[in-house]
Amino acid sequence: MKTFNLGGVHPEENKLSGNSPIKVCSIPTTVSIPLAQNLGAASVPIVAKGEKVKVGQLIAKGEAFISSNIHSSVSGTVLKIDDIMDASGYRKKAIIINVEGDEWLEEIDRSADIKREISYNKGEIVSIVKDSGVVGLGGATFPTQVKLMVPEGKKAEYLIINGVECEPYLTSDHRLMLEKGEELLIGISILMKALDVSKALIGIENNKQDAIANLKKLAVNYKGIEVHELQVKYPQGGEKQLIKALINREVPSGKLPIEVGCVVNNVGTAFAVYEAVQKKKPLIERVVTITGKTVKNPSNYMVRIGTPLSFLLSEADSMPEGTGKVINGGPMMGKALTTLEIPVVKGMSGVVIMPEGEAKRPNAYNCIRCGKCISACPMGLEPYLIALMSEQNKFESCEGERVMDCMECGSCSFTCPSGRPLLDMIRVSKNKVSQIIRLRSNK
Amino acid sequence: MNTVILYAVLALSSIGVLAAIILYFIAQKFKIIEDPRIDLVADLLPGANCGGCGFAGCRNMAEFIVKNETLENVSCPPGGNDVLKQIGPIIGQVAEEKAPMIAVLRCNGSLKNAPSKVKYDGASSCFFVNNLFSGENGCPNGCIGLGDCVTSCLFDAMYIDSETGLPVIDNEKCVACGACVKSCPRAIIELRLKGKKDKRIFVSCVNKEKGAVAKKNCEVACIGCGKCVKECKFEAITLSNNVAYINFEKCTLCRKCVESCPTKAIHEVNFPARKNKEASELTEKETIVN
Repeated sequence: MKTFNLGGVHPEENKLSGNSPIKVCSIPTTVSIPLAQNLGAASVPIVAKGEKVKVGQLIAKGEAFISSNIHSSVSGTVLKIDDIMDASGYRKKAIIINVEGDEWLEEIDRSADIKREISYNKGEIVSIVKDSGVVGLGGATFPTQVKLMVPEGKKAEYLIINGVECEPYLTSDHRLMLEKGEELLIGISILMKALDVSKALIGIENNKQDAIANLKKLAVNYKGIEVHELQVKYPQGGEKQLIKALINREVPSGKLPIEVGCVVNNVGTAFAVYEAVQKKKPLIERVVTITGKTVKNPSNYMVRIGTPLSFLLSEADSMPEGTGKVINGGPMMGKALTTLEIPVVKGMSGVVIMPEGEAKRPNAYNCIRCGKCISACPMGLEPYLIALMSEQNKFESCEGERVMDCMECGSCSFTCPSGRPLLDMIRVSKNKVSQIIRLRSNK
Repeated sequence: MNTVILYAVLALSSIGVLAAIILYFIAQKFKIIEDPRIDLVADLLPGANCGGCGFAGCRNMAEFIVKNETLENVSCPPGGNDVLKQIGPIIGQVAEEKAPMIAVLRCNGSLKNAPSKVKYDGASSCFFVNNLFSGENGCPNGCIGLGDCVTSCLFDAMYIDSETGLPVIDNEKCVACGACVKSCPRAIIELRLKGKKDKRIFVSCVNKEKGAVAKKNCEVACIGCGKCVKECKFEAITLSNNVAYINFEKCTLCRKCVESCPTKAIHEVNFPARKNKEASELTEKETIVN
């Protein structure tokens, strides 16, 4: 069975919510939709205080090249455009809407029937994806239309669809592949048409046998789409690792997947593309996993963007006693939240709730040079060395050790027997090195 | 037998003489003429290589001074005026007297004034925390208290007070080299005039949020009400981005603003205690002495 060859770890899978179907979360009384929900420049609001909006209406425009549109996820009145606390505790601009009823824009097709015919050409698909504010839903929130515009001189050969979901606990992609398989495959066909490729490979880890079987059965009817079963190994969902596992090509350091003829998209993104193109429905909701060992019913919710997390958690009835940490994302790459009063955003794939004992980090001891982190690093770096140099403020040397190749998967910290916060120190060095690079290019 | 020794000694000494002659001519040819005053100046400098003057070490500064024969725009924070006065005669210049400075922490978000809302147990670096989140007490501009400044201090003039969780600057040891100012990711530390008899007045807050928001995170935050601006007769206080700033060059240390501040965000340091009741409460609240 295929997998990538360099590094990787095997954290406990804990896919507790894998068998619970996607439930629809009810609509809260107010939503706050942040303006910076994608990688790149923040969007610019085009509605004013007191204005009435409908579900699916454009409320903020992405004007820069790497930026995306934002649509209202509810119908109601714009209360204000103000600073709200985001997941990091810093205040960011958001549009706050008071919910009144649930009135959708007329052109949005809300019926459940599946529309198979693709009646748009390449350019039209890209512009619909751009207008609908679709971003990469795997977590990085890179605007999808930018991925679909292959730079001149490059040629895409493969569309790679990421259904790996290697992050422990999270199951939102798994449920999507099970429940929306048909829509997903149509979305993939649309992406193939936009990229002008004849082959699409879906990579799924073999701990999701039902999803593999479901997609394999459905894919028979779609030309050029193949489903590949992959061995379970973290971080297979990293795009470079997935390309290596599926077609055995290596993306050069500092380059994008298009360098080896690939475009990688998440299954959630493919589904959002289907809805945008076939149903005219912009990206206004997404699947969020609420899970954790102490949570009563770990489950998956279809949530409108902007819903307060505290509302979602109370709807899921999952804030058990003795909670020590609430993590936005999975336990490996996610970040702990400072407050629950934050809205659900496009990049939020799940929330993991950890009891106090589990949440605490181990005490850090000295590095014993055992080299476990080196064999775990999927990018072939030397995490112990970068972390030590980062501690001693030797950031130029860190750059020489290719610290910018680090994708922050956390395999090094996970495997360290001395409990050293390796990833933290590498992140410090990544921040400093990017500062140095910026200064150098400004000169 | 003796002849063998003789030949060896002769051969070696002739090689030695020959090498000495070659070395002599090469040394003459590639002679570097250095101004002897550079050594004199470098010997007078403290040799801490702290970088407070902006040069790459003391020797580098000495070279600059001798080459340009000027003492304008140069300063040696650890050496102070004394050192420059001594350097003056060497290059035939008179050093102008500069008022001594000191590093000042402009945050009073101690564990008591700004209690922690969350707990952080990652890498111990203010720079990292600043990039990651707003900090344990929720103030996005306040002191994180992990001591990047303490590590940067070459003069052992700073330490973290375990009671307040804030760094403390030693009045005697601080030489105002500015290393801590550069190391602070939130630009909380500022170099200010040391003041007559070490008396100083400053706004101990740098938050840029609106008053109500700031007050939620920290009891002693500057809320940008502007009372002190009205109170000050010397136009030393300005208000921008919801926070007041006292210009230390205009401040006459009259203490009117300290009395007027509703959140006790303005600090007075090294003043004699006040007589009336109100004021004694005020000094009690003050936790930083630097």
